[in-house]
Formats: sequence, structure tokens, C-alpha cells
Amino acid sequence: MTAQAEPSGLGTVPGEEDTPAAPGAAAPPAKDRGRMGSEGQVLNVFSHGVLIIWGLLVTLPLLWAVMSSLKTDKEIFTSPWGLPEKLHFDNWSRAWNESEIGDFFLNTVVVVGCSLAGTMLLGSMTAYVLARFEFPGRRLVYFGFVGGMSFPIILALVPLFFVMKNMSLLNTYHGLILVYIAYSLPFTVFFLTSFFKTLPTSVAEAAMLDGASHTRTFFQVMLPMAKPGLISVGIFNFLGQWNQYMLPTVLNTDEDKRVLTQGLVQLTTSQQYRSDWSALFAGLVLAMLPVLAVYIIFQRQVQSGLTAGAVK
Amino acid sequence: MQQVKKVGGAEPVGRSRPAAAPAPRGNRFTRWYRKYGFVAGFLSVPLVIYAVFVISPFVQAIYYSFTDWTGLSSDYKMVGFKNYDWLLNDDVFWKALGHNILLLLILPLVTLGLGLFFAFMLNVGGRRRKNAAVAGVQGSSIYKVIYFFPQVLSIAIVALLFQFTYNPRNGALNAALDAVGLDSLEQLWLGDPELALWCLMAVMVWSNVGFYVVLFSAAMSSIPRDFYEAALLDGANRITTFFRITLPLLWDTVQTGWIYMGIIALDAFAVVQIMTVGPGGPADSTQVLGLYVYTKTFRDGQAGRATAIGVAMLVVTLIFAVIVSRLGRRERLEY
Repeated sequence: MTAQAEPSGLGTVPGEEDTPAAPGAAAPPAKDRGRMGSEGQVLNVFSHGVLIIWGLLVTLPLLWAVMSSLKTDKEIFTSPWGLPEKLHFDNWSRAWNESEIGDFFLNTVVVVGCSLAGTMLLGSMTAYVLARFEFPGRRLVYFGFVGGMSFPIILALVPLFFVMKNMSLLNTYHGLILVYIAYSLPFTVFFLTSFFKTLPTSVAEAAMLDGASHTRTFFQVMLPMAKPGLISVGIFNFLGQWNQYMLPTVLNTDEDKRVLTQGLVQLTTSQQYRSDWSALFAGLVLAMLPVLAVYIIFQRQVQSGLTAGAVK
Repeated sequence: MQQVKKVGGAEPVGRSRPAAAPAPRGNRFTRWYRKYGFVAGFLSVPLVIYAVFVISPFVQAIYYSFTDWTGLSSDYKMVGFKNYDWLLNDDVFWKALGHNILLLLILPLVTLGLGLFFAFMLNVGGRRRKNAAVAGVQGSSIYKVIYFFPQVLSIAIVALLFQFTYNPRNGALNAALDAVGLDSLEQLWLGDPELALWCLMAVMVWSNVGFYVVLFSAAMSSIPRDFYEAALLDGANRITTFFRITLPLLWDTVQTGWIYMGIIALDAFAVVQIMTVGPGGPADSTQVLGLYVYTKTFRDGQAGRATAIGVAMLVVTLIFAVIVSRLGRRERLEY
């Protein structure tokens, strides 16, 4: 059963493993056997063995969800690992329309789209000023922002709820957007400040000599130069905001404004949908697909973006 | 602040950093004005947003923890340390704290351990070719792409997925055990108070290992090859190489990873809230501080007590950070 589900995710990996059987044929450096060839051989088989096991552990739950989303409820209950007799894509359309996944999806797009744009603009402005200008209080501002990375958000959540309530920002898109921006600033500022410091100063100086204002230098010279850094941190923020769960759960309880993660969780807990397992799986898969697609397309940037903050 | 400037500020204009602000046009005042106008203009909006939504709630939280605020009405009074007194005698709090500490000890160990192991396999586990001291396994980039999948999914989605997986009646886990003839190992999983917390830990490990594989791979690939070649000439095998070369050179990264993982372990809100009944598990067997703050405020209307729990959580975080940075203080190897 499981083997049949494998090829879509892992098909290439066992293929790679075949190469040791024919050394020289597949590996570019023809003289493959070094001094310690035998140790390498054993280790190679062992490495691939453990690596494939973890690969299966990662992919099987995901494939199981995809498979279940295409089954009938009865099939899910009677044979959880069995293949669907017929592919029920109607589960997906039912999830999108009746279970309001489509609405959650659009809400998420609106909130994340606006807050991502805001985060990138405000974050890069802050980082640029902190990286390039000496002014009283600069270190205080920098550590004020960066310090926010290490505090548990849940501590701020209770008062934040009432701050939002007093400003009538609860259950509004713009309220949620402002909060997303605020809580994304620490990492964005931290990352981009060090990035702006690495950019050469000569181009900015040349622009200033030509009479450009600070603002103009920033938008027309520095921002385009910072593109690689902006992309990395942008992907990081996109994933973080798209996947946010705790903030919307507390600050956004209006049924019509629920975001994807929150909406899905509430669907599973409400009695009404509990019986419709296939639609729940379909919703889950619909929620996973866009991020996985973004990730597969941009995997290099995602990996470097997400790890860049930690490496140095 | 001022001191920093004096040390570096040999320039006659004084205020500006030599590298950053040429601003040749205009007299000194115009330049000063333009520069500070710009700085203030750029910083004002982000600072206001950050102060209102991040800084002020944190400060307020500490203040509210000394009040009897319900969170429902606007009147409350100071009660001194009463909330903290209550906290010290509250069984659920100690249970939750114990769970968080357990998570704090086990999660980073398992996750970072697996991450290091897989990263080493990917980067050094390949067979040796001539003239190459180390080699990654073939297809290592494919492994990295796949391992990273869970990291890009929302923890809420992951929690839901595993709630289905653990389902005792029709979940993937029991069905898989059944299929391979291990039905005796079938469990209630999340319904079993002894097991529930471990089930959650497995999910958190599952979703985070990929990140550390990629992180450690990046750090490993920046270690100069000569180090490995020298070790090879000295006859070191791979296990020695790992403990004598790779791990010491990776120590900074491991330490950062430990802190990241610690923050995740201290939170654990989404996983517990979504996956376990109650939420908080049978007999509070998966209760954690984050969820306890949430339920105390929004279900029980005890915002004052809830913020006291939050402050306790902050204290644990700070202690953890201090311990990690102490333990991590080692001789730095430059390369």
C-alpha cells in the first residue's frame, strides 16, 4: 500500500541510490574508488538507509492526507491506508464552497498581502536608518526592536487584546494587519540592518553627490541594491504570516474574517463538520498546497532565507 | 550612545559617520536638518506601531499581574503579590511548568541531535572519491528539499494533520501498525494521559528537524575542506572527524538552534490547543503555560492571574537563555 503512494514524493531518491551499483558510469569523476573506498561504500548504504527512512516519515503523513482527501467518508473509516476506489475531487470543491475554505483563503490573502507589503516597507526603512546613520538613541532603538524576538508573545497577548479592543481594532482586517506588521518587525529589522551594513556605500554617496535626497537615495538606489536580502526576509515573513495561528485566534473571532489556519481548526471542532471527514481532509490539503508550491518554486531562497538569521 | 560617537567621531562635522553620510550640499545646519528629518521621518511610523502593539502590551502585562483584573470590566485594583501567591499554590500551574521544562530539555536534544545526524550524513556520509576528503551523499539537495516540507506548513495545519493521524479509530498510525501486524502496539495516543505529551513532542520534532538539517548543512559546508583532509591524513574515521572537527566548529550554530528550539518548546500553544481534548489533555496531562494563560483570560475571566502566569513564563525564558549562553561559552575557533 505505502509503496504505491511513494513515487510522487520520493521517486527520485531511490533512483539516486542506484548509482553506487554502477560506479564510474553515473558519477562524474570516473575514478571513484578512493583509498578508503570500502568504508565509503558501507557508509553510503547506511546513510541512504537512514535518510530514506526519515524521508518516508516526512512524506507519508502528507501523502496520506492527500489520499484521504480524495476518498469517501466510508473509505476513510474502513481502510485508512487503502487507495481511493475513485478520485473524489468533489470533496475539494465541497470544502472550497460549503466549508468556506475559499473565504478563509481570500481573507488570508488580503491580510497577508497587506501586512507583508507593510512589513517590508517599514522594516527596510527602519533597518536602513539604523544601519547607515549615527544618531542619539540608535542602539536603544535597535535593541528595542531586536529584543522583541526573544519574548514570549503569549505574555503580550492578553493586554494586546484590550489595546485592540479600546482602539476598536478587534475583528478588523487593518487591526490584524497592524499586529502582523508589528510582530514581524523584530526579525525583519534585525536581518535587514546587518544586510544594509554589507552594501557598499559608494553608490549611495554618488547619488547624494548628484543631489538626490536621502529619501530618494533610499528608494531608488539602496532598495534595488538590497533586493536579495529583501527577497529572503520577504519569504520568511510570508510563511510566518500565512501560517500565523495564535494572533488571529485571539484577535479575530468574527466568523466572516477568519484566516485559513484558524478557520480550519474551528471547522474541525464544530460539530457540524465533524462528520464530513473527507471535506476536512480536502480543506487541509487545500491549505497545504499553496505554501508547498511556493516552497518548491523558491526552495533555494526559502532555505537560505529561513536559515540566514541563525547562521550569523 | 554618546561615547560610541566620541570614540569613532574624529570627523570635523561630528555628527555623521564617516562611511555613511557624505551629504555635501548645503551648509552645516541644512545638512543636519536634512539628516535628522530623514531619520525621524523614516523611524516614526514603525516605532509607533511597534510601541503600541508590542512594547506597551509587554509592559502592561507586568503591571496587570499585580491587579485583580478580570479582563471583562475596566475596574480593577492593585493586589500586590496575591496573584503570584495563588500561582505558587496552583497545581495546574506546576503541572504546566513541569511539562514546559520537560519539553525544554527533550525537544532541543532530539531535534538538534537528529538535525546534526542527518546533516552530517548528507554532507560527509557519501562515499569518498579520489582527492576528496569528504563527500555528501548523492541527491543530498533532494533530501534537504523534502525534509524541509513540514517547516513551511503552519503549525496549526500540522497539528490538525496529526490529530487525524493519531485518531484511534481511523487514523493513519493505528492503521499502519495494524497493516504490518503490530496491532498490539495500537494505542489511544492523544487520549492516553501517559502518552499524550509524548505524541505532541513527536509532532514538534517532526516539524522542526528539516530546518536544522538545512541550517547545519549550510554551516558544515562552510568548514574548509583542508580540515577534513588533514584529519584524513592523520587516519581519523568519520565518527572522530564529526566529534573533533565538525561539532566544535558548529558550536555557535548549535547554540543558536538550541535557543530557537527552546522558544518553540516554551510556547507549544498551537499544538496543545488544537490536538488535545479539553484543551490541555486528559487530566491536564498536556497542559502548558501558554495555553494556561489563554484559558485563564478568555475562558475563566482571570486576566490578572493569567498575566502572572505569563510573567512566570518570561522568567523561565530568561533563565533558559542565561543557561544556554553560559553552557555555550567555549573557546571560539576562527576559520
